[in-house]
Amino acid sequence: MSIDMSQFYQTFFEESFEGLDAMESGLLSLDVGAADIETVNTIFRAAHSIKGGSGTFGFTAVAQFTHVMETLLDEMRADTITVTTETVDLLLKSVDVLRDMLTAVQTETEIDEERTIEIQSALEALLSGESVASSSEEIVGTETPTVICWTIRFKPFDYLFKTGNDPVRIFQELSELGDFSVVCNTEDLPLFEMLDPELSYLSWSIKLDGVISKEQISEVFDWVDGDCELEIGTEDQVPEKVVANLPTVAVPVPEPLSCSDEKKIPESTPLAATPAPALVKDKPTKKSTAADQGSIRVSIDKVDALINMVGELVITQSMLGQLGEQIDDDRLEKLQDGLAQLERNTRELQESVMRIRMMPISFAFQRFPRMVRDLSNQIGKEIELRLQGESTELDKTLMEKISDPLVHLVRNSIDHGIETPNDREAAGKSRVGIVELNAFHQGGNVVIEISDDGKGIDREVITGKAIEKGLISESDILTDEQVFDLIFSPGFSTAKVVSDISGRGVGMDVVKRNIRELGGSVEIQSKKNEGSKIIIRLPLTLAILDGQLIQVGSHTYIVPLVSIIESLQVKESQVNAIAGQAEIYKLRDEYIPIVRLHNSFSVNTDVTQLTDGLIVVVEGDGQRAGLFVDDLLGQQQVVIKSLETNFRPVEGVSGATILGDGTVALILDVTGLIKLSRQERIVAA
Amino acid sequence: MEATHMTQGNIGIEINAEEDQYLTFIMAAEEYGVDILRVQEIRGWNNVTPIPNTPTYIKGVINLRGTIVPIIDLRERFGMASVEYGATTVVIVLKVIKDDAERIMGIVVDAVSDVYNIEASEIKPAPDFGGEISIEFVSGLVSVEEKMLIIIDIDRLLNSGDLKIADKVSAKS
Repeated sequence: MSIDMSQFYQTFFEESFEGLDAMESGLLSLDVGAADIETVNTIFRAAHSIKGGSGTFGFTAVAQFTHVMETLLDEMRADTITVTTETVDLLLKSVDVLRDMLTAVQTETEIDEERTIEIQSALEALLSGESVASSSEEIVGTETPTVICWTIRFKPFDYLFKTGNDPVRIFQELSELGDFSVVCNTEDLPLFEMLDPELSYLSWSIKLDGVISKEQISEVFDWVDGDCELEIGTEDQVPEKVVANLPTVAVPVPEPLSCSDEKKIPESTPLAATPAPALVKDKPTKKSTAADQGSIRVSIDKVDALINMVGELVITQSMLGQLGEQIDDDRLEKLQDGLAQLERNTRELQESVMRIRMMPISFAFQRFPRMVRDLSNQIGKEIELRLQGESTELDKTLMEKISDPLVHLVRNSIDHGIETPNDREAAGKSRVGIVELNAFHQGGNVVIEISDDGKGIDREVITGKAIEKGLISESDILTDEQVFDLIFSPGFSTAKVVSDISGRGVGMDVVKRNIRELGGSVEIQSKKNEGSKIIIRLPLTLAILDGQLIQVGSHTYIVPLVSIIESLQVKESQVNAIAGQAEIYKLRDEYIPIVRLHNSFSVNTDVTQLTDGLIVVVEGDGQRAGLFVDDLLGQQQVVIKSLETNFRPVEGVSGATILGDGTVALILDVTGLIKLSRQERIVAA
Repeated sequence: MEATHMTQGNIGIEINAEEDQYLTFIMAAEEYGVDILRVQEIRGWNNVTPIPNTPTYIKGVINLRGTIVPIIDLRERFGMASVEYGATTVVIVLKVIKDDAERIMGIVVDAVSDVYNIEASEIKPAPDFGGEISIEFVSGLVSVEEKMLIIIDIDRLLNSGDLKIADKVSAKS
């Protein structure tokens, strides 16, 4: 009766990677001051779960490696090894190795054995070097290192197998501790016809001799804690040792064994005695996710909210259904009520479903403590990382895409922003630089701020570099904003020395492009010697956008609200035509090109006089333009549908959506439109 | 209307393993056939949302139960004179397959006609007659009940010209 374990792999890997993250963050909080026993315990538990899981699934290399880690952690727990930066560093490296190993197992590639062995031996060296004795087994806890004969009575509750535990594995683990013998007690076994194969009827008496602490034994039973009756006692009979040295021989136990006839378990080979039909489920698989990629963990609250909502929807539906059966004028009001309710339900349902995709931004933030720690060690700067607003929720896809740009920006802050401790002291600042990550919701956006209290951005350096690169000319007078924007130009780097952290200048333009692709914006604020702040604004989700409906001729288009700056009526005096072709509108102290949508899209409309329609000032990719439209209709949230699924990308159009009346409306791509109108002008000229 | 008619027609037809079924439609008095397994549904003509800067034979897109589906006027694609859409004008929604990619598209035709069982061996290659309907879109000709059917290779047809799936490499650059 074997089951396909591979279906649980995905869950195991997910849980293990989560465990590794937990270990990492635990380890990082450790090196601040003395070890907090709770934190050590958390790390230990994570390691223990990974070890247990990998053992179950037969990933022995992982299990062995984790075992060494676990031993070290156990010593830390018992305070026999003190927590030093060195140990933490080593453990962090071990976490990396473990992550690599798990990834290798997951992708079925070769494990980097050299590195594994290197770290493993470093761990072992630390264990043997720092502890008094050579083996961990000998110095655990407060127990004196003498041989103790333990007797354990283990009677699992009948639902044991449903928790996914298997006594055989427990016994295997016990047998590693010392001389081990087990006797199975089958007296509770019912008649065969009464037997429920999914229940456990057996109990065991175990004898265990060796230099073992009680903690070690109860730890083995951790998985079944609360699911069994467990008695651990000692037998201080020295002569017993003689018997116990023969572990495969059944030790006579005081109580007589009345084995029932049908199901006799051979006592002489206790380890092989698998409770036959019991292997229905296996260990750490609380749930099995069939999907192998792109799965998402959703909190129960969100699912519950969704279920409630669907319940309400069903009620509304049945109410409307009843009304529909016998409709007359008196019931019209009721019908309207019902429809209003339906609308509310639908909107709430939509919001809840969207919320399922939302994850707290801490998923993106959690890699930073480690990164900042490593980096600051590497370059000799003292840095404190502050995280705020970690519970701010963001769409999963966005989260994945924003992670790398964030890493880049944080690296930049550390490398370019924060000064060396000595420079800081000279500037009258504290030696420790502060890098702060902050996330919050603002309007329909998620705002992520990366700020540091470093040296800030030096205008002069930037402009100098820009002149050198020919991006601007010396006579240009730029606002601060424009100067800082130069940083996002391709190939722009002001770092005097190119380090492996940053300075190659391939970063910032990519960062900006990535953020733009997500429909967001990025902005820099900086004051010399006070620090800089980078502000990223992102839409809450990629699937829905706030749109402004506009009308051109008989067509309705949608302009993303985020790209609209303002809408205005045209004053003829402010329109100029360059070379009789391109129309330019003077917007306060700025000249913007006018894009006539009806021309760009070849749409017939009666509104061709600029004064008859409206100008919607939009910004795309740093460029502004005035879209000339007939009229503004309304604003609404629209669900983005791809045109590419069944067709192909269309210039000037980013997608389509379905309006309330079931017709399709195109969503305009502002950047593409500006480009399109420029091409038209070139063709026309 | 036509859809229900089709289904009833299907039931009466004996299915032979050697034979494929073809849905035929009329355009300018000629009868064309497409593999029936590619036909998703047949619907009446409804207003579409035009897509700017595309050839006129691409009429626009419609909302097909939440998916955006492009609609192609087959007359215009073949360079025939376009006609006013009337009561029999229908949109045949087809599944187009190209390099593992599946797309849904609709073609506007004058009217649907019938469903025929045609043995693969009966289909004869078409002579190269030049003109707008290039031979590459025609997989063959077949005679049924004294009529000539033009069997169309929709995968080719609906992956040609402006309907081509954007080349992934060129799309990136």
